[in-house]
Amino acid sequence: MANRINIKKGLQIPLLGTAEEVIRGTVKSEFVHICPEDFHGITPKLAVRVNDVVKAGTALFYEKNHPDMLFASPVSGVVTAIERGEKRRILRIVIKADSNMQYEEQHVKNVAALSGEEVKKSILDAGIWFLIKQRPYDVVALPDKQPRDIFVTGFDTAPLAPSTDFLLQDKEADLQAGLDALAKLTTGKVYLSIGSTTRLKGLREAKNVVITEFNGPHPAGNVGVQINHIKPVNRGEVVWTLNAPDVAIIGRLFNKGITDLTRTVALTGSEVKQTGYYHMAIGSELKSIFAQNVTEGISLRYISGNPLTGRKIEADGVLRAYDKQVTVIPEGDDIHEAFGWASLSPKRYSAGGTYLPFKKKFRLDARLMGGPRAIIVSNEYDKVFPMDIFPEQLIKSIIAFNIDKMEQLGIYEVAPEDFALCEFVDTSKLELQRIVRKGLDLLRKEME
Amino acid sequence: MKALRKYLDKIRPNFEEGGKLHWLHSTYDAFETFLFVPNSTSRSGVHIHDARDSKRTMTIVIVALIPALLMGMYNVGLQHYMALGLETSLLTKFIYGFLAVLPQIVVSYVVGLGIEFIVAQIRKEEVAEGFLVTGILIPMIVPVDTPLWMIAVATAFAVIFAKEVFGGTGYNIFNVALITRAFLFFSYPSKMSGDQVWVRTADTFGMGKGSVVDGFSGATPLGQIAVSDAGSFGEFTFQGITGQPLSISDMFFGFIPGSIGEVSTFAILLGAILLISTGVGSWKTILSVFLGGAVAVVLVNLFAQNAIMEMPVQYHFLLGGFAFGAVFMATDPVTSARTEKGKWIYGFLIGLLAITIRVFNPGYPEGMMLAILFMNAFAPLIDFYVIDGNIKRRLKRATPAK
Repeated sequence: MANRINIKKGLQIPLLGTAEEVIRGTVKSEFVHICPEDFHGITPKLAVRVNDVVKAGTALFYEKNHPDMLFASPVSGVVTAIERGEKRRILRIVIKADSNMQYEEQHVKNVAALSGEEVKKSILDAGIWFLIKQRPYDVVALPDKQPRDIFVTGFDTAPLAPSTDFLLQDKEADLQAGLDALAKLTTGKVYLSIGSTTRLKGLREAKNVVITEFNGPHPAGNVGVQINHIKPVNRGEVVWTLNAPDVAIIGRLFNKGITDLTRTVALTGSEVKQTGYYHMAIGSELKSIFAQNVTEGISLRYISGNPLTGRKIEADGVLRAYDKQVTVIPEGDDIHEAFGWASLSPKRYSAGGTYLPFKKKFRLDARLMGGPRAIIVSNEYDKVFPMDIFPEQLIKSIIAFNIDKMEQLGIYEVAPEDFALCEFVDTSKLELQRIVRKGLDLLRKEME
Repeated sequence: MKALRKYLDKIRPNFEEGGKLHWLHSTYDAFETFLFVPNSTSRSGVHIHDARDSKRTMTIVIVALIPALLMGMYNVGLQHYMALGLETSLLTKFIYGFLAVLPQIVVSYVVGLGIEFIVAQIRKEEVAEGFLVTGILIPMIVPVDTPLWMIAVATAFAVIFAKEVFGGTGYNIFNVALITRAFLFFSYPSKMSGDQVWVRTADTFGMGKGSVVDGFSGATPLGQIAVSDAGSFGEFTFQGITGQPLSISDMFFGFIPGSIGEVSTFAILLGAILLISTGVGSWKTILSVFLGGAVAVVLVNLFAQNAIMEMPVQYHFLLGGFAFGAVFMATDPVTSARTEKGKWIYGFLIGLLAITIRVFNPGYPEGMMLAILFMNAFAPLIDFYVIDGNIKRRLKRATPAK
């Protein structure tokens, strides 16, 4: 019987455009673009050159300080371009995909027969180590540090998030293999969190893990919240974090012996005519699923990820490395709303009580709905921040970059995504996730 | 609205960097965002935002203040015509009060917002909305007969030295409206207290001329009981300005001498309902101020030596600025404690202190202003201890006992 934890604080933003649970097809992208900036915390060093022929699983680049940490190509084909930006930073690596996928042979066997070191080496060699992230700092996990525990979230509560149950249909064997592999990587435990609506047997009855059931609104599905309730991260400790669909990708490596970075991705958002799920490799171009399928005549915002933590992309953008969701919402820069501060319009949504409550789903755009101010309203962040941490005070200590205070207030336990809801409800319209990201990066530089 | 939008777009280049009216950029921006929701979209972080912003929050507070303001205006007229011994209609009384108070509101807004606009321009920031509330609070907490120039000087002092030098809205330590009140109180005591300042007896723009009736006294109920030599509360009766006895309902609806905002507890309650239901004002702070006050009253009642020490709790809550301070001043999020536990302590101590000052300080029959300002200074300390609890818990967890 799983432990049950109720999360009271939080907010389920009622957005229009949840994906219908139907597979609409497979996206075959002519070009695949890999952006090293997706893998936060690493310094990429190229392992390929333009015109090199690669297979799915061939390393495109590696991490400068950990040359054994490889980053795999999701498809087979020819490297056609390597775009660089300022200071020769690698912006993207473009691969022209073959019509017939060829896989790099990974020579891995049954997980049960492998030692921890062998499991680690297999994942590193296969180029999918990046699926494992770590706290503190919310970066790609450092393979040479022992994690205290490993936390896996088995449900997603973000607005319009895809159903993890649906994503993992028919992948239960891979999921279990992945969980078994993770269990070899730590001397501690592997904690798997499931939602109260989780039905999938592979999750609910997973073996070799400690299962905890969470019941509550977003951000209950955020792994940071789960860690805080199960066993918080202390100074000097490291934990690794993953989500269940990524665990299944790791499991697939051990079951099939190939690096297969194809995902099931939900197409969501109020401006999508026909929502649904697609199979595609990471880095695939998305224009084919947007074409003829989004509202015309208004300016749109395309997001790889969910509306809270996703990344803004263009209409011809690609699926970013960690995302299982693509969202299209109105941009809103063509709207001029008069006297918004006096508005009683049912189109406006607020989590607080300053607007009339309408029981319905909303079509929200990307406007800030106000100007940036100093932090004025109190207890606003706390209401959507279900962790034993004072979010406002932590944010202030990050802005001041007071390392002692940051440590005392729990900086090691948080990731930018944990502040996404705070940023949504913020009356002062501050960029909290950016503040936290910057704070974590600076702190990491100071400490390492 | 479309034509206005077009006009704004047309004149915008004048206010941008390099335009000849660039020195008015903050002013242009303030008016533009007042008229239209800015259409700037998020560049980092979340892609969607809650519709609540600073303007909405301040609008709610102003709406919450309106019942108290209107009742106060009516009461200014009521007290005036009563003092003159004239019978007039309800509307005439209201118009008289409206005309008496309007210049004060205008002066407070012009001076305060003027400074805000200038400072915003210097800092290259947007104009913050905080003063929209402060500007209406100031006329509501000063005596109705305060000369306009005093309001102007005090407002300028408070906005500059209590707010802008600390960094503007959101950074101030003390409640700006209360600093205005305190500045006036300590600089011009003769105009701020006593029996002459609470009832306007002069005419307003030629309206309501006349001379006061015999036996007129403009003392507030709290002023009366503070100087009374009655041995016990039973021997004491509150009197209106013409010597008539005052009932509890007079005090509840606000037909007593006093400053504009504080007289009608009924109207303040309406405001409180709006603030609490919208979540703009913290119910914890409001409730704990009343709890703290009640505890203090019960204690002094037990050891009562004179009439004011014997005064029961309902009179304390209905008279003076207690309710107004609890609902509109103590809940100011910037100067209040910011943690939820802290709010209980902060409010409780305000109530306790306000009653203590009232009862034990014969020279000053009102304690709310000083109690809140005092606790403003201690709010960061309260928060410090609340947060320290969390920090200690985290440290303990990191180094488990061996």
